[in-house]
Amino acid sequence: MRAMSRRAAGLAWAVPALVLVGVFVYFPLVENFGFSTLKWDIFSGSQKYVGLANYGKLVDDPVFWKSLGNNVLYAVVSIAFQVFGSLVLAALIEGVRSERWQRALRAVYFIPSAISLTVAGLLFYFIYEPNLGLFNHLLQGVGLDGLRHAWLGEESTAMPAIVAMSQWQGFGYSTLLFAVAIQRIPREIYQAAAIDGTGPVRRFFHVTLPLVREMTGVMIMITISGAFQVFNEVMVMTGGGPDNSTQVLGTWLYRSGFVRNDFGYAAAIATVIFVVTLAIAVAQLWVARRRRVEW
Amino acid sequence: MVSRVGFLGVIARLLLWAFLLCLAVVVVYPLLWMLVNGFKTNSEIFGNPFALPSHWSFDSYQKAWNRGVSNYLTTSILVTVTSTVATVFVSAWAAYGLTRVDIPFGKAVTGLILGGLMLAPSVALVPLVKMFQSMGLYNSFWALLVLYTAFRVPFTTFLIRAYMLDLPREVDEAAEMDGCGRWTAFWRITLPMCKPILVSTVLLHILFAWNEYLFAMVFTSGAGVQTLPVGLMSLMSKHGTEFPVVFAGMTIAAVPVVLLFFVGQRYIVKGLADGVGK
Repeated sequence: MRAMSRRAAGLAWAVPALVLVGVFVYFPLVENFGFSTLKWDIFSGSQKYVGLANYGKLVDDPVFWKSLGNNVLYAVVSIAFQVFGSLVLAALIEGVRSERWQRALRAVYFIPSAISLTVAGLLFYFIYEPNLGLFNHLLQGVGLDGLRHAWLGEESTAMPAIVAMSQWQGFGYSTLLFAVAIQRIPREIYQAAAIDGTGPVRRFFHVTLPLVREMTGVMIMITISGAFQVFNEVMVMTGGGPDNSTQVLGTWLYRSGFVRNDFGYAAAIATVIFVVTLAIAVAQLWVARRRRVEW
Repeated sequence: MVSRVGFLGVIARLLLWAFLLCLAVVVVYPLLWMLVNGFKTNSEIFGNPFALPSHWSFDSYQKAWNRGVSNYLTTSILVTVTSTVATVFVSAWAAYGLTRVDIPFGKAVTGLILGGLMLAPSVALVPLVKMFQSMGLYNSFWALLVLYTAFRVPFTTFLIRAYMLDLPREVDEAAEMDGCGRWTAFWRITLPMCKPILVSTVLLHILFAWNEYLFAMVFTSGAGVQTLPVGLMSLMSKHGTEFPVVFAGMTIAAVPVVLLFFVGQRYIVKGLADGVGK
């Protein structure tokens, strides 16, 4: 009996963390499902149970589908640039002979990831600005006047412009992580490949790529999960406009709740984000577990 | 034959360097442009964007500072420091309990705490607003402190726990034999051994708290409690026609974290790599 109570006392170590996570992470999550079944006006305080009506509304909402599409676009482009592009880049940097230069290059590429997305987003808001922006002046400078645009003001260019900024901001982060993974590969394998006369391109495909597969998998999951949580840069650069063309799930959730005062609907969008991110996390755990069994 | 391979090798090396340096310019030039624009006059900003200012004046930096940036900076520092201390302590406590103490339902407790890693903050947003409103903590420093701590405890515990698992247990056991309590063993022995990972988690949390936007925007609408990212947006909407002031504000927000990254690079890279790799 005393042994048991002593054992229970051990829980005290975990209690602060459990309470914080329980109250502010898990509880709201559960509550969110409840809210998504309400028609809820936060100013008048009126709440009415409407069942799954908010989810029905989602299906019929073109902006919801547009948002989801933009999140998918984000994921696809980011996987191309921030996973595979960064992997190639990390391998290229390894081709530089001086280790000090390798470190310096990786550090420089990382700077945009250290500054906030708000600063990066604002910076590119100005870079894309039609009159004073760098981008249009650059095009003019090389004689491509015809390509000038109000990049963030036109429906056809706004989303690509935001996604491009995000690649600029994030590629150094994944390059750094791939560099760590590549450096964990035993040098002897590369030396053996070099002695066999294997060129750098083949070395990349036959040595580097298979040996960083694990990291690549994790990075793909992280990238997809991040792509479905995009909020900051869109909010800063366009706020979802023009005409909702750059809306993503996060900004549409915010706008539905906090601007249009339809919190039940916002909660329904949150549920969609939850389902997508949870599915990715479960997939990641499943892959990690299978890997462990193989070993 | 050899010389031809050597020649191609030199070409390849030159191309590699050209590419890597171009990329470095693409990264650095916009940042320098931001810094320099803070020194320009408004009309110079509308002139040639590649030109340097005709004379370097700190006017806009001073204006930005006086028009709120000093307050945003203070709030950011306050929120960052307090939430860093809270997060790292709560996480280290939990990590110690999960790795060194026999806890009932230990596996489930571990799963619950680390499981928080998987959940996106935006999912909890609407209920959190209601919760903080009813507690009267909406629009306050406390909201950010609590949220930044709660949402980062899973990741931070994950890192510290992984590190503690790799530490030899004999040392703490010996300490307990000597009559040291658990508490003393934690403070005097385990925590000092965890120094490298603690530095990593501190730095990663600072980067997070300094840059966080979603919670900061939703939970601190009023002046006086706004952090830098939110403050910059209100600077932009209030003085959006005085571009040099906005550029100066952005630079002031960016410089501390860039410096921090260069100083603590080794620890940040290690923390990030462990967080993803393990």
